[in-house]
Amino acid sequence: MSERRVSPDDDDCSSLLSRLGSDSPRPRMKYGGMFCSVEGAFENKTLNFDTFSPQTQRRRATRTQTGSCDGGDGGQGQMVVFSSGHARENYGKRQGDRLIIKGGKIVNDDQSFYADVYIEDGTIKQIGENLIVPSDVRTVDAYGQLVIPGGIDANTNLHSPQKGLNPADDLYQGTRAALSGGTTTIMDHVLVEPGTSLLSVFDQWRETAEQKACCDFSLHLDVARWHEGLYEELETLVKDKGVNSFLFFMAYKDRCQSSDSQLYEAFGVLRHLGAIAQVHAENGDIINEEQKKLLCFGITGPEGHVLSHPEEVETEAVYRAITIAKQANCPLYVTKVMSKSAADVIANSRKKGIVVYGEPITASLATDGSHYWSKDWATAAAFVMSPPLNPDPSTPQYLTSLLACGDLQVTSSAHGSFSTAQKAIGKDDFTLIPEGTNGIEERMSVVWDRAVSTGKMDENEFVAVTSTNAAKLFNIYPKKGRIAEGCDADVVVWNPKETKTVSAQTHNLTVEVNILEGLELRGVASVVISGGRVVVEDGKLNVTEGSGRFVPRKAFPDAVYRRIRARSKMAEARGVPRGNYDGPVHDVISMTKSVPPTPTSRGPPGPKTQSGPRNLHQSGFTLSGAQIDDHIPRRSTQRIVAPPGGRSNITSLS
Amino acid sequence: MSDCRRQWNREDELPVYLAGPIATGPNQRKSFGMFSSVEGAFESKTIDFDNYAVGRKGSRTPRSGSRERLLDAGGAVGKTSSQARQGSLSDPPGEQDDARAGVEVRLSPGVDSADGQSEKLLIRGGRVVNDDQSLYADVYIEDGLIKQVGENLVVPGGVKVIEANGRMVIPGGIDVNTCLMKSYLGNRPVDDFFQGTKAALAGGTTMIIDHVTPQPGDSLLMAFEHWQEAADKKACCDYSLHVDIPQWDETVKYELELLVQEKGINSFQVYMAYKDVYQMSDSQLYEAFTFLKQLGAVVLVHAENGDLIAQEQRKILGMGITGPEGHPLSRPEELEAEAVFRAITLGNRVNCPVYITKVMSKSAADTITQARRKGSVVFGEPITASLATDGSHYWSKNWAKAAAYVTSPPLSPDPTTPDHLNTLLACGDLQVVGSAHCAYSLSQKAIGKDDFTLIPEGTNGVEERMGFVWDKAVAMGKMDENQFVAVTSTNAAKIFNLYPRKGRIAVGSDADVVIWDPDSTKTISAKNQQSASEYNIFEGLECRGGSALVLSQGRVVYEEGKLQAQQGAGRFIPCKPFPDYAYQRVKFRNQVKQGVTRGMYDGPVHDVAPMAKYITPSPSARTSPTFNQPPPIRNLHQSNFSLSGAQIDDYIPRRSGHRIVAPPGGRSNITSLG
Repeated sequence: MSERRVSPDDDDCSSLLSRLGSDSPRPRMKYGGMFCSVEGAFENKTLNFDTFSPQTQRRRATRTQTGSCDGGDGGQGQMVVFSSGHARENYGKRQGDRLIIKGGKIVNDDQSFYADVYIEDGTIKQIGENLIVPSDVRTVDAYGQLVIPGGIDANTNLHSPQKGLNPADDLYQGTRAALSGGTTTIMDHVLVEPGTSLLSVFDQWRETAEQKACCDFSLHLDVARWHEGLYEELETLVKDKGVNSFLFFMAYKDRCQSSDSQLYEAFGVLRHLGAIAQVHAENGDIINEEQKKLLCFGITGPEGHVLSHPEEVETEAVYRAITIAKQANCPLYVTKVMSKSAADVIANSRKKGIVVYGEPITASLATDGSHYWSKDWATAAAFVMSPPLNPDPSTPQYLTSLLACGDLQVTSSAHGSFSTAQKAIGKDDFTLIPEGTNGIEERMSVVWDRAVSTGKMDENEFVAVTSTNAAKLFNIYPKKGRIAEGCDADVVVWNPKETKTVSAQTHNLTVEVNILEGLELRGVASVVISGGRVVVEDGKLNVTEGSGRFVPRKAFPDAVYRRIRARSKMAEARGVPRGNYDGPVHDVISMTKSVPPTPTSRGPPGPKTQSGPRNLHQSGFTLSGAQIDDHIPRRSTQRIVAPPGGRSNITSLS
Repeated sequence: MSDCRRQWNREDELPVYLAGPIATGPNQRKSFGMFSSVEGAFESKTIDFDNYAVGRKGSRTPRSGSRERLLDAGGAVGKTSSQARQGSLSDPPGEQDDARAGVEVRLSPGVDSADGQSEKLLIRGGRVVNDDQSLYADVYIEDGLIKQVGENLVVPGGVKVIEANGRMVIPGGIDVNTCLMKSYLGNRPVDDFFQGTKAALAGGTTMIIDHVTPQPGDSLLMAFEHWQEAADKKACCDYSLHVDIPQWDETVKYELELLVQEKGINSFQVYMAYKDVYQMSDSQLYEAFTFLKQLGAVVLVHAENGDLIAQEQRKILGMGITGPEGHPLSRPEELEAEAVFRAITLGNRVNCPVYITKVMSKSAADTITQARRKGSVVFGEPITASLATDGSHYWSKNWAKAAAYVTSPPLSPDPTTPDHLNTLLACGDLQVVGSAHCAYSLSQKAIGKDDFTLIPEGTNGVEERMGFVWDKAVAMGKMDENQFVAVTSTNAAKIFNLYPRKGRIAVGSDADVVIWDPDSTKTISAKNQQSASEYNIFEGLECRGGSALVLSQGRVVYEEGKLQAQQGAGRFIPCKPFPDYAYQRVKFRNQVKQGVTRGMYDGPVHDVAPMAKYITPSPSARTSPTFNQPPPIRNLHQSNFSLSGAQIDDYIPRRSGHRIVAPPGGRSNITSLG
């Protein structure tokens, strides 16, 4: 991905084009190249944001500069002048910086207060006023700004191939963009294709990420096909590898989709291991049929995508996933909440006490699905993701409100970007368009702009939804997601007053279309400190490929599992002690014998699963490992002679 | 129920029915209350009901009331209606007066035969209640049809006159859900078409729609004919049939088409439960919905999540719970609500009317309500059991009692459920009341004595249906009499396209008429029911309102406790497809989505061909759902998209072949944009 940067950059447009032009049938530079898609986006926005964005020029410059150093001599060679006057000698060394952030207001999810923060060796060492610090400390000036824990993006797809294509933004580009937006930890989805070993894919992924990522990362595992045999691997992953969340697909029929039975079994295992179940909630069966239908109708453009993934299909799956999770008593995390009704289902279930979490993403908070009908194919295709953005224009506001009131908990980006050329694989068939949108960079600003500056949310809640909640759910709190002594020095100095305009020309990604093109967002990360190092300052990005560390996560996060544990104890159903029924029994034995060969035995719902005379007392039902009721002696064989409340034997009922 | 029990216990006397021929139970039963009837019933279910079918129902009157009478009479046979009614359990004097002024049948001289088809009848002085209005009018019936409705009718001589004395004259009830022949492991329910329809008539229901339940692999057509044959021989009232689709495959389609177009079936049931037996996947449901919609049929859905039920059953059996309480534990309310939600979603996507059979829980009913509010075409059918009782009995110490309540979806243990469902029924969010009558004897239920999953599912309710709707909804002030008629009869007739032949009192309609007595009170008991099962799940419940006289096909079949049902009198009523009530909205919604007209994308395309080839063999590429879709060689401009017939955009000239050079709003071709 980065080799394209090598091209001599006379101007940034052509540098971006250089790679594309090679497989393009026609050179398109004369028209402004791939930004024609951007032009298309202006159809309904009519503003040329470039002209009035004060930052644009500067950003562009940054981009070029950083670009050249990527391809050339690497991060160390770059000269960046910091306001504090410090030179750059510390940059190559991880955890080398000693920093003091002065004058800012520290905002955690529970309170805000004015204090200075002293950072050393990648951790926060002291917080307070008038700190006593060593002499050679760099000062970051945060007067008038907020000092918040670095954002945690709980859902990215920076390395998952689709149809054999790797995302345009890999773990390096993606994390770089994340840092520039104020996100200092990402959780990437490891897609495990059916038939491959979870462990080997995980190891490979982790290795890749360690080489490339510029910020700390953690990994979710996407299990495409569940079967009992995966238990061992899951156990290893949870206990030894630091993974505590697994995603299952309810969509993508015949490829990744799990049936309800599979989900139930898997959820049971996850609860046992103390992990969190995530679902991609869409009804794959219906989608599949709808796609066939639409293609028959002759609808092949990107609008077919949203037509074949209607809102209620998402809602239905969310509802079902919640039902299953409730039955299995497993915590559930619904990724990518894209519609009002899906969010409502989550909110209602939470009101009923179900342990479920909802994650809206940058795109669903910032824009809507009207663009699928854009006349410009590239624009329309850029929005293709699943579940799709909702055509209802009031969706973003609604989701923001739910986020503000706590019905939805975590914001992420679901970043998975594909270039227009990659998307164009599906130019004649919308079902082939690789799915994914950008958003990793804009996430924090979008939440600030949509929720905080509109007055829906306060700054503490902002920290909660962008960082702390995710840290708690996924059990990396308080190492991440809080500014306190001993926490990781992932700190962002947030400037609520500054604005920036999103544009594909100035963003830090390789994709040539930004779905938020032209949006003006209030709230910008002015300084970003990742692992104790200043990586963003004054709009300049200074990252080191491979500096990100893997963040292992332990099982049984308290925030999630306390309730689950208590419920497992409560949920034990008890039978009614009765005497044995010894009245007449209709003779069915001969029938049952004759029935099984013909599939006519009418439905006691599992006649085929249990064959012959089940010995109830021997089915110990071990999922494996200890059961919650192990301490209760099984009352299997004893006959109740005189139960409390009198004999219940039917023959002697009086 | 508890009221009755208490009352019952207060009486030290011998329960009335014990004086009857089946009072053979052990002694101690007499002194204990409520379920002794049931106890007695077990062994004695060999009673020949025909023997006292006429009189037994006279004890619609509760025991205390008819005590003396029954005792002197030595049996119920032959009592007149007014006598039987006189001493109802809690009757205030006023009621008695009213009762004396009950229905009378006078035979003018010269009337031919009492059972002839050509009987001429005049119902005089009643208040005709339809679903839209009530009015005082006389009804003249001839040849099994309503010939005149109005005041001061001019009628020929020799007419049998029925004096309604100001009572309600309502269209006969339609029970949309019965299973009178649904076999379970080769066992038929004890109520067959004869017993079942007899019970129906006694309760004021003059038409049933029974479920044809073929087994997977059976021919639907054969099953249908089998059912029809049995019903023609046995049914005492008119009937129609639903056909259950046990599994979905290509061969079924042909039979469905035949059934709809030639056999007069317009409703089919699909199952979301019964994993590995009847359950269909979402894809199959989608296909089935699509196909049935084309045929104009109503899709009935048994909505429960079978996958999860199977898992829960395994778990609960593993925990050592084998009694009937395992049944509701393994089928929690959420699974029903979830499946209802899914069925509605599917219905919306296919744009097909969906009818949810057996709404048993609050959350399922709420799901339907909300969907209707959003405009979905969905109908909900609570049943007698869910309207009148709750699922607390599954925890009864008495196995037989607990097992009697086993039905799917199970009765909700939440005791507020009946009230909630009645409220929704009254406000129109639920539309139809069925009974899901499927009565198995205790010994049949006992097949599952060691494993609740083997208990045959089904409860009674065909006889009590109308009474409980009156008792729980109208008598409680939730519902008016017109809505009562709507939910017990008219709505069903409309949904299944039987209206106005059934479900209305109007000139030309079938003479299925009930004279309804709102003031009568009876106590439900297995002892005096028509059904052949030895248990009644409403045992001991007191029910206000009941039919005083029932006309089926213009013949008096039930009159104040006397049942004169004639086996085989029932006719098959064919139902036409595309009922307006369900399909009118669907037709309007059938409009077609249109794509966006764009220029061809001719920008760069990532080279994917070699990749795809590499990926395809291993099923490992993460791709969008339709990897197996036709290859992307589709030419957008040539797909003329005709579904068949005229399209909504026919008048727009197709711009297929020509390239857009300068479209309005600027060029949209990607390569030349900007």
